[in-house]
Parts: sequence; C-alpha cells; structure tokens
Amino acid sequence: MGEDAESPKINHTFLRDYVTEADVISTVEFNQTGDLLATGDKGGRVVIFQRETDSKGESEEVGETGDSGEYNVYSTFQSHEPDFDYLKSLEIEEKINKIRWLPQQNAAHFLLSTNDKTIKLWKVSERDKRPEGYNLKDEEGRLKDISTITSLQVPVLRPADLMVEVRPRRVFSNGHTYHVNSISVNSDGETYLSADDLRINMWNLGITDRSFNIVDIKPANMEDLTEVITAAEFHPHHCHLFVYSSSKGTLRLCDMRSSALCDRHTKLFEEPEDPGSRSFFSEIISSVSDVKFSHSGRYLLTRDYLTAKVWDLNMDKGPVETYQVHEYLRSKLCSLYENDCIFDKFECVWNSSDTVIMTGAYNSFFRMFDRETGRGVTLEAWRESSKPRAVLRTRRVYSGGKRRRGDVGVDSLDFTKKILHMAWHPSENIIAIAATNNLYIFQDRVNPETQLQ
Amino acid sequence: MISTMECAADAQSLISISLMKIHNSRTQRGGIKLHKNLLVSYVLRNARQVYIKEKYAEIYRMQQYEEVMTVCNEIQELNPLDLDAEDAEDEEQAAAHARTSSAIFGCSPLDDGSKEPDPCYYRSCCMEPSPVPHCDQFTANNSSSSSHCNKTTVLDLDTHVVTTVENGYLHQDCCCCDALQCGQGARSPARKRKVEFSCCVSDVEDVSDFTAARKRAKREDCCYSNIDYTDTSNISNLISIFGSGFSGLLSRQSDLEQICSKQVLASLGAWTRAIVAF
Repeated sequence: MGEDAESPKINHTFLRDYVTEADVISTVEFNQTGDLLATGDKGGRVVIFQRETDSKGESEEVGETGDSGEYNVYSTFQSHEPDFDYLKSLEIEEKINKIRWLPQQNAAHFLLSTNDKTIKLWKVSERDKRPEGYNLKDEEGRLKDISTITSLQVPVLRPADLMVEVRPRRVFSNGHTYHVNSISVNSDGETYLSADDLRINMWNLGITDRSFNIVDIKPANMEDLTEVITAAEFHPHHCHLFVYSSSKGTLRLCDMRSSALCDRHTKLFEEPEDPGSRSFFSEIISSVSDVKFSHSGRYLLTRDYLTAKVWDLNMDKGPVETYQVHEYLRSKLCSLYENDCIFDKFECVWNSSDTVIMTGAYNSFFRMFDRETGRGVTLEAWRESSKPRAVLRTRRVYSGGKRRRGDVGVDSLDFTKKILHMAWHPSENIIAIAATNNLYIFQDRVNPETQLQ
Repeated sequence: MISTMECAADAQSLISISLMKIHNSRTQRGGIKLHKNLLVSYVLRNARQVYIKEKYAEIYRMQQYEEVMTVCNEIQELNPLDLDAEDAEDEEQAAAHARTSSAIFGCSPLDDGSKEPDPCYYRSCCMEPSPVPHCDQFTANNSSSSSHCNKTTVLDLDTHVVTTVENGYLHQDCCCCDALQCGQGARSPARKRKVEFSCCVSDVEDVSDFTAARKRAKREDCCYSNIDYTDTSNISNLISIFGSGFSGLLSRQSDLEQICSKQVLASLGAWTRAIVAF
C-alpha cells in the first residue's frame, strides 16, 4: 500500500481513507536547475520527479514555453532503514529529515539525504545502453556451455530502455549524538555541514570517517541547557559564512575564518521580546523552525510559529520585515499546546528573485507574501478544490470583521492538515507543496519566468 | 478541530499536561526529542512560577484575614471596657491601615507596643524564628532587625518578585525599591512587577505577567480556598515517577515549608532542565 508517492497527474481516482504514516512527506527539494524534484518521507524513501521536456515543436503554441512543465516519477529508492542504537537502547527513525542536491558536475546527479543520525550521498545516473554480445554469457546472463562457442565476438553497446540507477556512494555516520535537523552544501562544492540540536559538523564530501566540529553549544552541565540549534545553512556565495538559528529565536552568523570552533558568533540577530505579549508559551512560539538565505545572499528568512521574518545581514537589531502568517492562532496557543500542534516546524522559502516569500499553515493552507507590497495571500493545497490546470483561488480565514462567502472560521481549521514542507523552483514560478502524503506542484502560467531585478 | 476543546489555561493543568508530555516522550519512537522537551520544560517553569505566586497570594490573603480576626478578638478580650465601639473601630482600622501601609512601603516598622503580639509582619526586613528549617536567601541590608526578628527578604532573579519569608508565611512586597534597598542588583525593566496588597481584597492583577493567571486571580478575588485539588493525584503519580522535587506542589503545608526557600526554587528550575538532560 502506497509504495510510490503520488504524482499529481495520476491517482485522482485512487482515494484513500487513511494515510499510512510512512507515506507522509517529510522534505521537498528542487535541484539547482529545477529539472529534478526530490521528496523524502517518513518511511525512509526518496522519490525523484523529473520535469518532462516536450518533443520539439509538436505542441508549442504562441506564447507557451517549450517545457510542458509536468513532473513525473523518475526514480524511487529506499534511502534509510530503521536502525537501533544498542548502547542507548534507542530506536533511530528512518524518516528523511532533509534532502539537498549537489551542484551537477557531470551526467550523474548527486544528492545528500539524512535521517536523525546518518547522512548518505546518493548517485543518480541514467543508463540507456547495454552491452550485448558476451562470449561466455548468454543474453540472460547464464553461463554458456563452452563447447558451443565456436567463434569470438566483441561485445557492443546497444540502445536500451532508459534505466535510472541510484547507488549510495558515501555514508557519513557516527557524527552526531543528537538529532540531525539540517544539512547544507557549501558553495565550494567540496564540503557540507550537518547540524543537530547542539552541534554543527563540517564534512568533506569525499571523506566519511572524519568531520570537523564547528559549533558546539552543549553546556558543561546539561541542567544549564537553555537553547538548542534548530536550523543551519551555508551562505550561497561565501564559503566561509554560515548561519544557524536557535530555539530562543536568535540567529547567529559565523565566519569560519575567524576560528576553528565558531562558538562565538560574528553577528547575532535578535529581536527584543515584547514584554506585553508574554505568555506561558512565549518561548515556544519564538523558536525559529527554519532559516533560509536569500538567493542574493543579502537577506535571511526565518519562520517561527506565528510569523515569518526577513532579516538584513547588515542589521542585527531586528528583522526588516515581519509577516503575520496566522496571527489568529495566538489566542489558541493553549489548545495547540495540548494537541502538540504548537511544536510543528514550518519551513519557509524564497522565490528565485527574492521578491516573494512563502510558508505553510494549517487546513492545507499556505501563504505567499509579496515583499514589495507587503501583502499576503492564502492558497490551498487540497485535492478536492484543485483539478489539474485549474486556477488556484485565494482563501481567507475569518477571525473577526466582515465575513465573506468562502471564508473559513478559525474554529473550523483542520489542524491535522498542515503544510510543513515546500520548495520553490530556482528560476521559474513553480512551487512544490507537500501536504501530508500528497505532493502538489503549482505553476504560474501567466508569469512562468520570474522577472529578474 | 479545536472548536469545542476546553482550554486549560490555569497553571496547574499546564503543569500536569507538561509532565505528561515529558513522560510520554520517553517511550516515543526515535528517542527523546531534546528540542521539544526543552520547550515543554519552559512551559513547566512558567506555569510553576504562576502557580507558586497564586499560592503565595492566597496564603497571604488567608493570613491577613486571620490576623485581622485575631487582633479584633484580642482587642475585645484585652480592653473590653476602655475602648468604646468607635475607638475599637478606629484602632482596628488604624491597625489594618498600618499593616497595609507597611506592606506597601516595606521596611517601616510600626511602634505600637499595645497591640503587638506579632510585630514582625510590620517589617519586611525581619523574621520571627520560623518553623522553616533553612532558607538560602539574601538577607536585607537594612535589617534594623532586633535580635528576635529574623524575617528575610528574597528576590527571585527569574521573575524579579520580592518575597518576604516570615513565620513560614510569605508576603510579596511590592516596590522594587525594596529590592534595591536590599541590595539586589539584578533588574530588568521589562520584567519588573509591582504588587500591591490592600487590606481586604488582594488586587492580584499585577502579580503575574501572564494574562491567564490574571484572569484567574480576578475570579478568585474573594474566595480563599478555591484551589482545585482534583488534579493533584495525577501530579503526584507523575511526580513519583520522576522522584523528589515537586512535593511542594502537592499540599499547602508543604508549600509553606518548602516553597519559601529560594534554594528549592532554584533546584526546581535546575531539575526541570535535568528532565531533558541525557
């Protein structure tokens, strides 16, 4: 049941009454060209989608791009298996926490996938030829009877059906005591970082038995623990800079040139807490769940429980922009604490030109904010209301004031339908939204190419 | 859907919910999640602080009521003929007013020998020999304390609330100038609180930063024994799993003996962090 993640183009008739836990998508990531889209799920599987390139000239119309834009399943493989730490008597979940693509250097594609403890490097390659004409083996591979061989032939490569091979090339294990929450490939193309709750390690992509610890915030006495690392990312252009966020809502920019151990930050980004809004849950809702550099490298985007914030790297006193994602939940924090929803970790993404930011919410809603106008829009990723090629209509959550038709009341929100993971195409207006076990891909047909500033 | 869910915003429920979450996390697949447990411990700490403050306020109200009644009775017993009704009333009001003003202004001793079975509650800087075995506290600098007075002022560095330990009972002094007088340097303007206690009705609105506690205090304005103890059995079960440290939350008697100690407060804080340590 549910071997492959659903392609949005297929399976509309295959309705499920329940969602297998293992099918829940836990990460989504485009590669650098946007032709490949990888998803990881709680069952440890990775599904790679490839964008279909239309045959030349056949269906091109005036104004339409060459690509049909549809993503179809390219490859599926089991990345991580459930594991067990015998020393601590702890089960290690196979859930894929993050996938990151490496920049493409040859015909093959490489990606890193990680669960709580182990990071793996996978090589994805195509094979469309196969050798034929072996002397000692027949076509099925069985050994021939030597007495039947009368002459020698040279094996030749002949075209064959396309086959996608995925093989593990590196396994980076035993680097983390705590749960890995982030991986980030460096712009130098040689190293990457992995972050857990208390430490950040830097690895060389070719070396698996050694890693450098570059951040360690574990206190000498664990009773003094006050914050943990929640996300980390390398700067997109400067290979010596990286940022990590904490559960206290702070961001730390570190420069690896200053010292080997970057416990002391180069810059600390922190917004002073508003004492008037203090509550039982202040610490929880200020914890940063995701941090992303802008494509330009000038800005940072962070997400905490109720807001998304844009920070300027040159200003550490506070964010330059704050967007209320679902402020109507502030009065519901107690209930959300009881049902554990307050611990949900939402991701956030930039568009290719850094003019729009996007993040998820509940009830299958996700929000986009235009940075230039400051306006936000709510969209829905839900099968019933979006047929292929239908136009997404905006939604609204009613929380007081004039109620319009189609508005959803705050108390009617379905908190089991949460949009936590998403990705934006690196150059076009195509977004991939993970809604529990479904993957939605939306394209902007009106403005397929993002206007570059 | 949350629409019909009853939200347990009071501190005690939050404490039991948080303890349950920590307990359940031990059996969760994938091991204990450090981040989540740390956040839960913050909620636990916040709820604990509010809960303790509410207990203080209630105890103080109880004590004030009892003292007023005691003094009235004693006045009537001691000088039934000397005072007429009006004077008795005046003195009663004066005494009440004196107590109020001394509570508000802290360290001003009241010289009134005639009605002084217990002088210590006039002064915030001295304490009677207390049933409390030991308290690790900051003693007030301006303890013009005579030898029999050993009331001690405590500043909670987490919340910047000044509390006075006396006779095993606790008062909350209001002005942070008290704290300054007592030599406590740590001060965060954003978190400063003023507590004012009037004679009859405690206006505990400013006791805590948390709106939930505020609302609860308003409801409990004139009720003294409103505390719902139905959840204590739950708490005690969970606490027994974790061991000692939370026994102060189980009964009022334990409260009086243990909570006054800053050391206990500090150990509670450290202990909640220890839950997530592994």
